[in-house]
Amino acid sequence: MNPRSAEELLGQLYDNTLTGNGPVVLDLTNAGLAMGLDPETLLYQALIPALEEVGARFERGDFFVPEMLIAGKAMAGALEILRPLLAETGATTIGTIVMGTVKGDVHDIGKNLVNIMFEGAGFHVIDLGVQVAPEKFVDAVREHQADIVGFSAFLTTTMPMFKANINALAKSGLRDQVIVMVGGAPVTQEYADVVGADGYAADASAAVVKAKELLQRRRVGAHA
Amino acid sequence: MACGALAGHVRDIAARRGWPVAVRSLPALLHNRPQKITESAERAVVCALRSGRAVALAYADCGSYGGLDDLCARYRVRRLPGLHCYDVLAGPERVAAMFAAEPGTYVLTDFLLRSFGRAVLAELGLDTHPELWPDYFGHYRRLVWLAQQPTPALAEQAERVAAMFGLPLTRVEVGVSRLEQELARLVEGIL
Repeated sequence: MNPRSAEELLGQLYDNTLTGNGPVVLDLTNAGLAMGLDPETLLYQALIPALEEVGARFERGDFFVPEMLIAGKAMAGALEILRPLLAETGATTIGTIVMGTVKGDVHDIGKNLVNIMFEGAGFHVIDLGVQVAPEKFVDAVREHQADIVGFSAFLTTTMPMFKANINALAKSGLRDQVIVMVGGAPVTQEYADVVGADGYAADASAAVVKAKELLQRRRVGAHA
Repeated sequence: MACGALAGHVRDIAARRGWPVAVRSLPALLHNRPQKITESAERAVVCALRSGRAVALAYADCGSYGGLDDLCARYRVRRLPGLHCYDVLAGPERVAAMFAAEPGTYVLTDFLLRSFGRAVLAELGLDTHPELWPDYFGHYRRLVWLAQQPTPALAEQAERVAAMFGLPLTRVEVGVSRLEQELARLVEGIL
């Protein structure tokens, strides 16, 4: 602690996010703001890279779920401080995403980490929680005029709900207005293609990249 | 090749039935990193096949999401049916009905009860980060113990675990008869 420069503070913020030291992450976030660093700098030069490294270490098997969770919680704490400031500074929302774990499934650890990454990347995230019925997704997409809707499933037995949700969107006339992304431990690109999703990503960082890419493509297409 | 969570039962059944098999177990803790189950099983299968042994896998899919099926196809070996050992122990219809009735069902087995401190609390970091409990278990609504060979000590442990969750516990006596039937089918082809 007691960083003497912005560079040192960002380094400490990165390290403490990586190790999930929540209270120190909060202190450093406040210290960074007091030092005159803008919220985007804290976010893009420390917090997000740290969580991306957490994801990479998980992939390599160096980190397990608890390390991911405490790092995610540390970053979520920092986001609580930064969110209103980002809004004040006029930082634009990239897009609105409705997220939820499908009906019949109560697993949400992965989804919650993806939410944090989406928020960090500038998305407005509407989290519907777990066991979300198709009609709830439809209502939320309509109410929030979502750009993207994300379905998460952890069980092979609940993956068919992706298709049910997509059918519900189609029935309500919303399918062409919203990008559908799917994810979860058993999900593959192949399965995403089969159910007619627009995007799939294997982890939280890749989900953000994919979402931005799909959104950009849609917006360019809309203006072509 | 048996999952460590089943290996004890598998050995007992094999001995009782007089099957001329050697039961090799792989660590049950691999279930916390299911992507590693397939690679660990493959190493063990290759090693056994090279030594001229016939092999069968006492594993269900176990969160390998088809990985074990691919392995079985590549090496022409077979595994137990089902998604998890719950299916093998209680029957897939019964398990499906359990989750349909309450998706927030946390399933316990004798092995999981015996190893709860190590396999769950320590492995999930709850011994050092108890604040993560709601992240892991916040959406569960009940516990179901698929009791294979219940003892008073296991029953007490089940009550202790239920108290940790603060959730009602249902005990379902499943025994090991379904496991034995499935094992018999599994080894039929290699004996």
